[in-house]
Amino acid sequence: MELVVFIAAAAMIIGGAVGVIVRPHPVHAALSLILTLFGVAVTFIAQRADFLAAAQVIVYAGAIVVLFLFVIMLLGVDSSENLRIEPFKVQRPLAAIVGAGVIGLVTAAVVASRKVATVAPQVSADVTAVNPVEHDSNIRTLARDLFSDHVLAFELTSVLLVIAVVGTVLLARRPSRLQLDGAAQ
Amino acid sequence: MIAVVQPTTTWYLILAAVLFGIGTVGVMVRRNPLVMFMCVELMLNAVNLTFVAFARKMGDIGGQTIVFFVMVVAAAEVVVGLGIIVSILRRKPGATADDLAALKG
Repeated sequence: MELVVFIAAAAMIIGGAVGVIVRPHPVHAALSLILTLFGVAVTFIAQRADFLAAAQVIVYAGAIVVLFLFVIMLLGVDSSENLRIEPFKVQRPLAAIVGAGVIGLVTAAVVASRKVATVAPQVSADVTAVNPVEHDSNIRTLARDLFSDHVLAFELTSVLLVIAVVGTVLLARRPSRLQLDGAAQ
Repeated sequence: MIAVVQPTTTWYLILAAVLFGIGTVGVMVRRNPLVMFMCVELMLNAVNLTFVAFARKMGDIGGQTIVFFVMVVAAAEVVVGLGIIVSILRRKPGATADDLAALKG
């Protein structure tokens, strides 16, 4: 059963990711990105990370992609990129070589270290396993870890978000005519 | 017979590697700054997938906690980055990554 889920999710992820980099229109790229993000959410559920799957759908598909689409619409939807133009001749072959190298190296490392990982001692208590009695055990465990061991980092993320919001407002704001006149004097 | 085969952590790690590689190629090939940003999101998702796979393998919830923080930072990064892109494209409509050479020495 998990095999079927994995194959379906992998097809969604790879198909969406290829769509992001080959579709010339940014709106189509954003829609392909949604497909990839849902595929990642499916793999999260398959690996018993239920809360993260929900957060993935809400934060990525619900907020980030909508923000992307909003910016695309704001800047004009007719800005389709002509993919036939190659500004640097070596860029695409080089990118293909680097991409294949990254995939090959990481895959080789994963396959080579598979034996090592099985030799290493496993933690006996599987905290990510789903307890059939407590169906929300993943959220409980995650919350306990987040608010005990990582509470300082959690507070710092709120500071980060406030800084990001203030910075974006300052970036996106047009200076008013009154301020421009004041700067000219 | 085929139902006996269960996907292991290795499968998820290789899937994440492929996703990361596709994102890398996208950042290097595409010239629209918005699409380059989406490819960065692909790479972040590949890393999230790796963290969750290891969290399950090691039986440690810390991997999932880190994914939570990565999501928060990705959201902040997208907000600031899109603000910068909007202000750039407002000044130069239709600019690609090749046109932004103001800091070239």
